Parts: sequence; C-alpha cells; structure tokens
Amino acid sequence: MAQVSDVADNQSSQTKTLRIARYNPEKNSEKQFMEFSVPVEKWTTVLETILNVKQHQDHSVGVRYSCRQATCGSCGMIINGKPRLACFTKVSELDSDVVTVEPMNNFPIIRDLAVKFERLFDTHHKIKPYLDRDDTELESDAKEFLQSPEELEQYIQFANCIKCGLCNSACPTMATDSSFVGPQALAQAYRYVADSRDKGKDSRLKIIDESHGIWRCHFAGSCSQVCPKGVDPAMGIQLLRGYMLGFRS
Amino acid sequence: MRESTIMKIHYGTALAAVALVAVHILMRMTMNFADSLEYETVLANYKFIPYAIMLELILVLLSIHGFNGLRVILLELKQGRTYEKAVSYGCLAAMFALIAYGSRTIIMTNMGMV
Repeated sequence: MAQVSDVADNQSSQTKTLRIARYNPEKNSEKQFMEFSVPVEKWTTVLETILNVKQHQDHSVGVRYSCRQATCGSCGMIINGKPRLACFTKVSELDSDVVTVEPMNNFPIIRDLAVKFERLFDTHHKIKPYLDRDDTELESDAKEFLQSPEELEQYIQFANCIKCGLCNSACPTMATDSSFVGPQALAQAYRYVADSRDKGKDSRLKIIDESHGIWRCHFAGSCSQVCPKGVDPAMGIQLLRGYMLGFRS
Repeated sequence: MRESTIMKIHYGTALAAVALVAVHILMRMTMNFADSLEYETVLANYKFIPYAIMLELILVLLSIHGFNGLRVILLELKQGRTYEKAVSYGCLAAMFALIAYGSRTIIMTNMGMV
C-alpha cells in the first residue's frame, strides 16, 4: 500500500512557472519579472513556491511572511492579478501553469514583494481601534462589561481583520486618493462603533467625517471580494454611513 | 461645513431634483416637443410665476448637486491643501455664477426686458 501511495504522490507532483516581480526602488526604474520553474504538489501554497525559489534558486527575492496560516497578515500580494495571501492560496486552486506574483497595489514598495504598511497602520491607529470609555473592567469593584450574543453579532465579523492590507490594495479609491482613509480603517471604525461596550462613537465618527473619509467610498465592493478572513468592509462602510445619516443610532 | 452635512445636501438635492424634473417633463408633455421650444412658449413659461419658481428651484438643486459632484471628483483626482481649497472655493464660485446667470434670464423675462 505504501508503494501505491508513493506512486500517486509522484503523479500529483507538477512543475509550474513562477513569475516574480522584481523591483528595488533604490536601483531600478521599473518593475521586471523573473521566471522560475518550481515543483508543486496539490497542497503547495504560493508562499511555499516563493520560499522554494529563495532556498534553491535566488535567495535575493524580497518577501515578507511569518505565520504561514493566514493569521499574521504579512504575505499579502497580487497573485495572478488578484490581491491574496500567499500562504492561504494554493497553486492548484489558481488553475494556471503560470503563477504571477506582484507587490500589492496602493502601497509603496520596499523591495520585490514587500511593501510599506505605514499608511495602513496610521489610518488604523487614527480611528482609535480600542474600546473608548472612561471606566475599566479592571477596577476592583467593577464587573466585566457584559454583552449579549445579539450585540456581539453586530460587529464580530469585523473583529476578524488581520490588517493584511488586501482590501486597501483592491480599493479603486485608494488608487487615486492618497489621503483616503481606506476600507480597512473604515471597517475597523464600524467594528468599534457597533460594539455595545464602546462609548467613543461620536469622536470616531467625527474622525472619518472629513473630505477624504468615509464619503469617498464608491461601494465598488472589491475590498469585500478579496478579504481572506470573510470580513465585509463594504457592508461595514454602508452601515457606518447609516449612523452618519441618522438611520442608525 | 462637515462632509456628512455636505453629502446630506448632495443626496437631498438629487432626490428633490428628480421629483421636480419629473414634474417639468410632465408639463412639457402637454404639447409636442417642437412647440414647447417655441420662443413665445418659453417666454410664457418664464412669466408664469409658479412654473418659473420651479425652474429656478431645479437650477439651484442641480447646480448644488452637480458642482459638489465635480468637487468630489476633483478631490479624488489630486490631493494637497492648496489644491483642495482652490477646488472647493472654485466649485462654490462656479455654482453661484451659474445660478446667477440662470436666474438672470428668468428675472429679465419677468421684468419685460426680453
């Protein structure tokens, strides 16, 4: 039986072409693609093929990664034209003999596939991503802030955000408006505004109510299409608008 | 003015304009298209005060909505403090200029200057 299994495994092994965008802003004027032949199994992820190239063919490929299980949000990149997590995308699911990887759009490139996250983290920090209230459940005589399942349901999907930046990469407004807050920060603003324990709704709504804030979203919905954690930023933004237009309180 | 207030005005003017333009189109359907554009008919419309007020309202609503839409497009096209101020005040000035020019026609007609 072991021999039969080995034969089956060998048959599933294939060779695919991996095209990696190479660009160093300090040395190159434009992006170039380098092609590598990589062995893939049906379970091989795009990140594993990139690491294979780094290990066996070209160690200078620049890529950021960490957890390899779609938790840290480090390995976001454009894979065959769509923003995805490299560790969460199997080569076999791409249904293509050529896998093209590029750095995420709407982010400054550090080198090759690694991009700068400063703008993402700045806008995320700007919307106060924490429970904003004067009292604390850490006080000795205070009880924990209780929440019903229905109240939790209001925001829980938005708490799954891993700050990978794929939504910002897919957003058409981010591509033209360099000051736009972006779907990631707006979805997180909704996550805290909708949290029954939070008391900072007014100040948070004020932060995003500016000329490059929530009103610049055109509801293209691409942010929700690409989120690897099933968060729906486009819906969060529309719900947030409900608060601002007085339909929700 | 807060952006949410501006956008409330933007949505409100759009809804009101749709309603008033619908009334305007219905009024025009009382006669055939060529006749409704006759010089005397147009003058008569401007001299009929309720209808002239409605046309003036449509002008104001569409100017506010249109120029705010243009402002939004221009803000997304390019960023920068000076540029954004120029776009905002420029659109505001253009809006007032258009409303003044449109109103001038109605007022001149009613004053017998046409």
